[in-house]
Amino acid sequence: MSAHSRIDARAARWRPGPTLRRLALTVLGLALAITATLALEPYRAYQAAVVAAYLCATAGLTLLVGRGGQLSLGHAALMAAGAYGFGLTSNALSAADVAGPVRLLVPLAVGVASAAALGALLGAAGARLRGPYLAGLTLAVVVAVPAITSTFSRTLGGDRGLWIEIERRPEALRPYVGAEQWQAWVALAAAALVLFVLGNVGSGSAGRQIAAVRDDEAAARLAGIDVTRVKVATFTLSAAAAGLGGAVLAYVTQIANPGAYSLVFSLFLVVAVVVGGLGSLAGAFWGALLLVALPELTSSVTDALPVSAGLAQRLDGNLAVLVFGVLLIVLMIAAPRGIQGALTAARRRDMRPRRPARGATPAPGPAAQTQGDPAARAPTAG
Amino acid sequence: MDHFLHLLSSGLARGAVFAVFALALVLIWRAARIVNFAQGAMAAATTYVAFAVTAATGNYWLGLAAAVLAGALLGLVVERGVMRHVARQSPLNSVIVALGVVMVLQAVLGIAFGNDYTPMRVPFSMEPLWVGGVPLLSPYDLYVIGAVAMLLLALGLLFTRTAVGLRMRAAAFAPETSRLLGVPVSRMLTLGWTLSAAVGAFAAVLVIPTELGLNPHATDTLFVYAFTVAIVGGLDSPVGAAVGGLVVGVLLSLVTGYLGSTLAPIAVLVLLVVVLLVRPAGIFSARQVRQA
Repeated sequence: MSAHSRIDARAARWRPGPTLRRLALTVLGLALAITATLALEPYRAYQAAVVAAYLCATAGLTLLVGRGGQLSLGHAALMAAGAYGFGLTSNALSAADVAGPVRLLVPLAVGVASAAALGALLGAAGARLRGPYLAGLTLAVVVAVPAITSTFSRTLGGDRGLWIEIERRPEALRPYVGAEQWQAWVALAAAALVLFVLGNVGSGSAGRQIAAVRDDEAAARLAGIDVTRVKVATFTLSAAAAGLGGAVLAYVTQIANPGAYSLVFSLFLVVAVVVGGLGSLAGAFWGALLLVALPELTSSVTDALPVSAGLAQRLDGNLAVLVFGVLLIVLMIAAPRGIQGALTAARRRDMRPRRPARGATPAPGPAAQTQGDPAARAPTAG
Repeated sequence: MDHFLHLLSSGLARGAVFAVFALALVLIWRAARIVNFAQGAMAAATTYVAFAVTAATGNYWLGLAAAVLAGALLGLVVERGVMRHVARQSPLNSVIVALGVVMVLQAVLGIAFGNDYTPMRVPFSMEPLWVGGVPLLSPYDLYVIGAVAMLLLALGLLFTRTAVGLRMRAAAFAPETSRLLGVPVSRMLTLGWTLSAAVGAFAAVLVIPTELGLNPHATDTLFVYAFTVAIVGGLDSPVGAAVGGLVVGVLLSLVTGYLGSTLAPIAVLVLLVVVLLVRPAGIFSARQVRQA
């Protein structure tokens, strides 16, 4: 945003636009992450794939909650739509003897499309609602997931879930790349795509429209923004991202089952975006990482504790929920801007002594913004 | 036809409980403009109290009283200890914090009692009585309907006939003016939470024995039903909650009886979507657009 005006002022020199720069950063980040998976043990690579799948969903949710001001408790259900869409398509293609990249890409696309369709429906129903009402509607959706899978148990596999026949890694790669590494590559590529698209939407005019609708619907309408369209589009985009996350998770785990997409998991996603910092894509990464790391940490703590077998069994799983719940309450009251907010604040504190105010004191608002944005600082330094 | 009459009458009994649970939501909404998403988990916790007290003393009524008292205490603790400290710039903040309370309560219950379903005993038979060759309400259903009617009467008297009720309504509708006139608005807010949590605890003790049994997540669907009731009736309207409760109760009973119990959550979801699309302000609300 602020980088734009600076570039206009220095039109003499060509600089890459924000979209191109973001694309370059995404490709670079993806290449680094893919290289890093080669050094991981198979189980760690699997965990990296799960983090990347969660990241798709948390990135979508943070856009919806942080920028759009719409709280969804149904993102687990949207991920389930993606997972089942992926699974049914992949199985159908396998039954028809289709193989090759088609058997990976088409199911992923169908997963995204199913979640986006459900999201568009929910967004339309929720477009006239704010805050608690939309949250309640999406809560009803996620509670209905097990009912839906058992009603259509012949296609969806009921409570036991749907086993999925998937496309494995290409023949040529098999001597060099493990199965888990390949899954992590697919998941990381999906996450990179989501981050690139959502980053562009968030920083462009669409992002400003979304925030305008959140802050004041009447004013946004006066400014010529179609409020309903923006709300439905935000919800649909967020749902599509969650759907891709669900589809990738189904690819990685080779199963889609209702137990994985429960209300508790929906709440975990909300915790993840709050912990990371509402509205921040970097925060969505911290949140997704925490969703994988914390349950592992609590279960290793439970294993180490000298408690009876019964108590250990009750602690398993519940302890992570307890920690997430306490974290959510404490953060919302003490630090609503999450990890990424704290990091940004720390970086700003770092900058201040080295960058004394030059000449006239700048206006407080915009000055604070440009200080926090490294991209905007670059031209003045050069 | 007999089957239909049976489903209709038992639906009314279920609906009466949904109405009370929805009324607890309406009470907090009117007092604090908050939809208490933690109400289900709070009611689950107090039902465990009822279960423990009944198991220790062998007396159902002591368990019921303990649950209502525990509900009042829990409402007080949650409001004073947590909700009061939430920044109110966005209505989402209180919802998110309430979800944190849900996670904490359910995790603590799970650690203390495990995640299995525990059946609960009640002092009345759940077999339907036969009237003129038609199976109608069970003695337990009659007890539930009677208890709900007495509760509604008591709450109605509290709000319309007592000074405290008048102060609570004043504090909810015009907090600034009430404060100027000497109403302790903040204390009224706490009282609203206490009352609402006690009412929710009462409803949960009545309804959980008729469902699968006691479980940390037993009230998740109950909360969704109550939320639907509140949306159908309008969050501002206690009468709407009562009527909405009966509508949802009968609908669920008919769907369960004719199509199977797995379809119940889907039927509620469809009802919710239809009401939100057609009449988002609720059937008993005069307002055009619903805003938090």
